[in-house]
Amino acid sequence: MRIDAENLHYRELNERIRAAFSKNSAEVVVDNVRGQRYIGAGLEGGARIVINGVAGNDLGAFMDGAEVIVNGNAQDGVANTMNAGRIVVHGGAGDILGYSMRGGRLFVRDDVGYRAGIHMKAYEGRFPVVVVGGRAGDYLGEYMAGGVMVVLGRGSHGPTCVGEWVGTGMHGGLLFLRGALEPWQVGAEVGIAEPDDEDWRLLSDILADYYEAMGLEDPGFGRDEFRKVYPQTARPYGTLYAY
Amino acid sequence: MNEKDRKDGFQPRQWLVEPDFVVERDPEKCIQCQVCVRQCANDVHRYDEDDETVSSDSSPCVGCHRCASLCPTGAISIKRSELDFRPHGNWTAAALRNVYKQAETGGILLAGMGNDQGLPVYWDRLLLNASQVTNPSIDPLREPMETLTHLGRKPDRLRLLERDGGVALATRIEPQLELQVPVMFSAMSYGSISYHASMALARAASEAGTYANTGEGGLHRDIRPFGDNMIVQVASGRFGVDSEYLNSAAAVEIKIGQGAKPGIGGHLPGEKVDGAVSETRMIPEGTDALSPAPHHDIYSIEDLRQLIYSIKEATLYEKPVSVKIAAVHNVAAIASGCVRAGADIVAIDGCRGGTGAAPTMIRNNVGIPIEFALAAVDSRLREEGIRNQASVIAAGGFRCSADVVKAIALGADAVYLGTVALVAMGCHMCQKCYTGKCNWGIATQDPYLTRRLNPDMATRRLVNLLRAWKLEIKEMMGGMGINAIESLRGNREHLRGVGLTDRELRILDVKAAGE
Repeated sequence: MRIDAENLHYRELNERIRAAFSKNSAEVVVDNVRGQRYIGAGLEGGARIVINGVAGNDLGAFMDGAEVIVNGNAQDGVANTMNAGRIVVHGGAGDILGYSMRGGRLFVRDDVGYRAGIHMKAYEGRFPVVVVGGRAGDYLGEYMAGGVMVVLGRGSHGPTCVGEWVGTGMHGGLLFLRGALEPWQVGAEVGIAEPDDEDWRLLSDILADYYEAMGLEDPGFGRDEFRKVYPQTARPYGTLYAY
Repeated sequence: MNEKDRKDGFQPRQWLVEPDFVVERDPEKCIQCQVCVRQCANDVHRYDEDDETVSSDSSPCVGCHRCASLCPTGAISIKRSELDFRPHGNWTAAALRNVYKQAETGGILLAGMGNDQGLPVYWDRLLLNASQVTNPSIDPLREPMETLTHLGRKPDRLRLLERDGGVALATRIEPQLELQVPVMFSAMSYGSISYHASMALARAASEAGTYANTGEGGLHRDIRPFGDNMIVQVASGRFGVDSEYLNSAAAVEIKIGQGAKPGIGGHLPGEKVDGAVSETRMIPEGTDALSPAPHHDIYSIEDLRQLIYSIKEATLYEKPVSVKIAAVHNVAAIASGCVRAGADIVAIDGCRGGTGAAPTMIRNNVGIPIEFALAAVDSRLREEGIRNQASVIAAGGFRCSADVVKAIALGADAVYLGTVALVAMGCHMCQKCYTGKCNWGIATQDPYLTRRLNPDMATRRLVNLLRAWKLEIKEMMGGMGINAIESLRGNREHLRGVGLTDRELRILDVKAAGE
């Protein structure tokens, strides 16, 4: 089914999308999206949305299993508190990507803004994975509690693919960042290491999935190009208090 | 140190901190039954098998009265330590003790429950009206008295259509919560309180026709059947928040702030994150549950609007969305922003509000009393002509039904009850919730302690409290000649101030007694 989003308010657009899925459409293609918000919010498994245009804020918020393809850029708050599903953005994305994301996969071809992956968390079978093809801004993975975030830095003009305050307050999960990473760029609670064999297997699987979703040829990045950022303790603030 | 202690390698405490309490045991009455030994999670009481005697070490006593309450012979009494410091107006015993404690640990001081600094309670300086001769009082025992309250956005105007000789409502009414009594149980997370305590709050809310708030600890699967009487919270850590969670409740509340600790986040220590807490919060066992101070997707009123509507989209616009803020200096402007952002309910938590754990300095020094915050918010929303767009809930240290009636007269639609509900379940206000050693089985996850709270009895006690307050509220309303709580709402003519300055009276918009 196809929906023309031209001049549609987000509320009406989202109602039409939900109505299409309730009538058993397997896929909804939405054309002329001009920043309408909340597309795919709370949507459950089995649904697939193709967005042609610019997806608005909170794309796939609370999403629970659906698949969203964006042929264009996405704005702020992609995959906010997403529980399961898959979002592929053939373009860039704004700030606060994957906030509190608990599961599913989120692939972005180009750059993303500030505060990506804050408080991402994993629980049992749910393990969120975010891959950013370009660069990511400051505060990447702040308070991160689980899952994996990869930043590839493709098309990057400098030696590093991230900003400052990386992993501040991080107490779970892993970041894999391609290119240089200096200690001043990361928070006090994390360590920097080379990916080990197990890391590399995980990363290779994630990247294979990413390249396939993006329709990209594997550029053959080597293990030595990546730095792993890991939490030094699951209880970073355990000694903060006087009991 | 006796011989036995030396044998056990017992080390007396090296702290410079003297005990807060003295535990006295009457040797005439004590039958060495060891109930006290088993009841105290703080290890005050010890049994010496060689001597077959029970003895006490006062230093860890928190004054929770569990042992004294359960001692079958009444042998135990607990008194404030008489070890007085030389009196000093600035350097009080509490101030000195805090310094000693921080010098020992190098840590942030923690406190449980609400501000204990003796801030003025303005409810006590407001008095209610009653009818005499004219506009006679109403007897609630014989005449109908309406306490039904609806929370949610009310339309600006009603549009009616004539249809088939009758009249039909053409205005869409936004979703509303319906309360049989204008009080609800405020946000207390499973994790900060026990499973039995959470369950009792949910069951009591359901039985009494009101609502309980999950706090940010997720909604335990056993509590989901009570979803129609639950408000689920979305806080900065987003613990346990998914689409099912949002849709299984009657309303969703975005927690921005809490009266006991405005401006800061929360740290549930890993010790309290056991299997069931981990499952409900959807985080691994034993990890700290860290709630950042802000929601990182909310840096402005516009961002707040975005989360409100994100939740509305995910719940198909079927549930009211509440925003809870702490009462801070500019609370009126902030509440106005929340309403304009689309909140259907604004909950305001005053600085006497309780908590399981807050840094002492924050609890004791940040925020403003709910009385002023409520009056300022209600006045501001009315001035701006948007009071109908959101209901206002007052919270923060409400102790009795008269406080509730005064709050409603001051402009609240309903009141959140937190601490008082815990007290109804047996809390003795020892203020040590953050240690996880609650001897009354309320603020703990230790299975040995949580068993002590019988959920059936706790439910009954909560329902009793709500019943009693409802009866009292009706009595007070009847006395004022008011037969529907709607007529009391924001009706400040029924309040008079005593011992308040002109300025305080002006902010409260209440006349002085005698006027």
